[in-house]
Amino acid sequence: MEIVEILFTVSFWAAATRIATPLIFGTLGELICERAGVLNLGIEGIMTAGAMAGWMAVYQGADLWTGVVFAFAIGMIFGFIHGLFTVPLGLSQHVTGLGLTLLATSLAYFTYRMILPDVPSPPRIEAFQPFAIPILSEIPFIGPALFKQTALTYLAFVSVAVVGLVLYKTPLGLALRAVGENPAAAEAQGIDVYVMRIGAVMIGSGFMAIGGAFLTMSAFNAFFFEMIAGRGWICIALVVFASWRPGKALLGALLFGAFDAFQVRLQQALGGDIPYQIFLMLPYAFSILALIVMSRRAAYPKALMVPYRKGER
Amino acid sequence: MKDNRAPEDFVLRLRGITKRFGALLANDAIDLELRRGAILALLGENGAGKTTLMNILFGHYLADRGEVLVAGLGGGLAPLRAGSPSAALDAGIGMVHQHFTLADNLSAFENIILGTQSLFRPWLDRGSARRKLEKLMAGSGLNVDLDAAVGVLSVGERQRIEILKALYRGARILILDEPTAVLTPQEAERLFETLRRLVAQGLSIVFISHKLAEVMAVSQRVVVLRKGKVVADLATAETDAAHLAETMVGRAIPKTVRTAMAPGAVILELDKVRVAGVHGRPALKDASLSLRAHEILGIAGVSGNGQVALSNLICGLQAPEGGAVSLHGQAVALGSPAGMVAAGVGRIPEDRLHDGVVGDMAVWENLALEDYRKPAFSRASFLRRDAARAHARQSIEDFDVRCPGPEAATRLLSGGNVQKLILARVLTRAPMVILANQPSRGLDIGAVTEVHRRLLDARARGAGIILISEDLDELLALSDRVAVLHRGVLSASMATEEVTIRQLGLMMAGHDRQEPAHDAA
Repeated sequence: MEIVEILFTVSFWAAATRIATPLIFGTLGELICERAGVLNLGIEGIMTAGAMAGWMAVYQGADLWTGVVFAFAIGMIFGFIHGLFTVPLGLSQHVTGLGLTLLATSLAYFTYRMILPDVPSPPRIEAFQPFAIPILSEIPFIGPALFKQTALTYLAFVSVAVVGLVLYKTPLGLALRAVGENPAAAEAQGIDVYVMRIGAVMIGSGFMAIGGAFLTMSAFNAFFFEMIAGRGWICIALVVFASWRPGKALLGALLFGAFDAFQVRLQQALGGDIPYQIFLMLPYAFSILALIVMSRRAAYPKALMVPYRKGER
Repeated sequence: MKDNRAPEDFVLRLRGITKRFGALLANDAIDLELRRGAILALLGENGAGKTTLMNILFGHYLADRGEVLVAGLGGGLAPLRAGSPSAALDAGIGMVHQHFTLADNLSAFENIILGTQSLFRPWLDRGSARRKLEKLMAGSGLNVDLDAAVGVLSVGERQRIEILKALYRGARILILDEPTAVLTPQEAERLFETLRRLVAQGLSIVFISHKLAEVMAVSQRVVVLRKGKVVADLATAETDAAHLAETMVGRAIPKTVRTAMAPGAVILELDKVRVAGVHGRPALKDASLSLRAHEILGIAGVSGNGQVALSNLICGLQAPEGGAVSLHGQAVALGSPAGMVAAGVGRIPEDRLHDGVVGDMAVWENLALEDYRKPAFSRASFLRRDAARAHARQSIEDFDVRCPGPEAATRLLSGGNVQKLILARVLTRAPMVILANQPSRGLDIGAVTEVHRRLLDARARGAGIILISEDLDELLALSDRVAVLHRGVLSASMATEEVTIRQLGLMMAGHDRQEPAHDAA
């Protein structure tokens, strides 16, 4: 049957990987924040800001990697704001995060319009191009699907491995996991909870911003309003789906990417008979189902969303 | 005795430590000295300032005045940087908090090495850390399963991890905050043996406690704190428990006397009751008991062995999966708190601030919580505030609840006064069955005496009382019969006169009442 055959085409999985890339960055970023005990609902806005900043840097003449670094730095600045409000000041992480999303989104649009007041259509840049990784791309089926992508997708894969190694194999990762589980225990061992948390939120926000930058620098090659379109919120759910583990985060992002790619192909195959909105809804419906199944056993970092105040028990 | 030693034998000296929390003077010019290789007991009631003092020493709090001097490796005393736990750690001070500071998602090993390696080090060095730790475990007799996730370990094991954590960091001074609060008598004895061994190896220990027997058993010197002041500093050998008790409280302590009383008719009966727990394991397995009028039934056990389920069952918060419960010989509808209250059950919950009162509501509102729908307090579904306030004023007077008045927010009351408020609410309804779960935990001796007196009065009136407590002395003093909960199994009850603390301790650890042939501990 032709619908099932879709699942066995290389182009389908290549598209799924492409769709998954910004989600991998965003989920990793959110995961780092939450492992430290801070929910970062600023993700949607930070991705928007990253998308605009990276693209704008390149449009103004910087080379592509400088653009990526610039996006990361902008993400860190917004992360610092979030960290400052939620960690030492102990404000509500929900309210601060949502406020940050509004702020970052508006600032991105505002800056875009200030710099480019009257461009008729969104200008394009010379973006990252796909290239095949020798040897790996020759693996049958998997090779062309996963390893004929752009540099940012490879960076996403590498980031998953790096974050996983840092989290489980380094003193820094140990401290991070402790800070999100029981900050009092971390402090009793001489770890500065505030520094750890703010640092984690900044790094995590940097990853989110690169996730946004992928869209403008590797996928659409231009910046549009509303282009993040809820990807940030999907990442929040993917973190739960992944039980706060980087490897599972990669899987979850790929799975969601696959749903989304499948939905597009279903529309082409069955379009006309069924309203297209049904297809658009499918990945979200599947994510909710997957979330219900996976998160039953999810082990939350115990100090998630609990502000830590020194000298209080 | 040993006072002719050279002054460099001191490893720790606190001078004039003063700390104020708002209007409360928690520590008032406290001086304290600790000798190398000695165990110093810091004795005092809850709220005397023991934990505050140690938190200042460890850098969790900043003192308003005073200084801390710690011996360096060379031996000379040097001031410790205030307000920094890492400075305290570097100076060789290790602290085992009353509420353990372990991250449940990490293994025992990870908890111990947490923060001991530079955060900028590229890899965790597990190999040499493990070798060092294994040597340490062999030398100190503290054995734990290093690879187990801390979340699944027993309280005794967690405590050993906490001590290992301090030793691993090279602690020369160990502070233990109420270390026996959660242990069985046998586990406590094992801890004391470990401490004696560690002290013989040159460690110096500050042992915080409010239990006189263990202070007498383990320490060489006792410092007694009362209301933030040092009121005595004595050699343990030159004092006794009775004297320490009076010094700690500041007056003679009236003794609770339980007079013999013939039990009446059976009021409450549980027959093979099963209550669900988490992860599919039953929290209470086929528990049977019968409670008579004029009787207190004590339930012993280490916390987490089914006390919550038993208490929830009788309070109506949790319905059983099987078995039968009858009150006055009639089956009761379970799983309804209001139903149990209406059936004449009085409930004194374990966590009084969380389950007993609504902290932000006024004293009078809390006092009316179980009766607000009755005609006495409501008319045409409107609250009769004046009646409720008058009732509150009466209760405050009868039960000596110290508070600014019926309008005061309940969360501002001290623990003892919150408990008196709950007693007032429960006992004025003259319930026939009373469930008292840890009714004296965290209270000072005056309040404890009051709680005990009220419970004995209720017994004399004809009520049957189920008393759940981890304090074996309290259980044996108040109960007519005692049963033990272990892993959800409720033992048959025994007449109090026929059991010893040692036997209860064995049963709490899951052994039979008789001594096992080879006592592993």
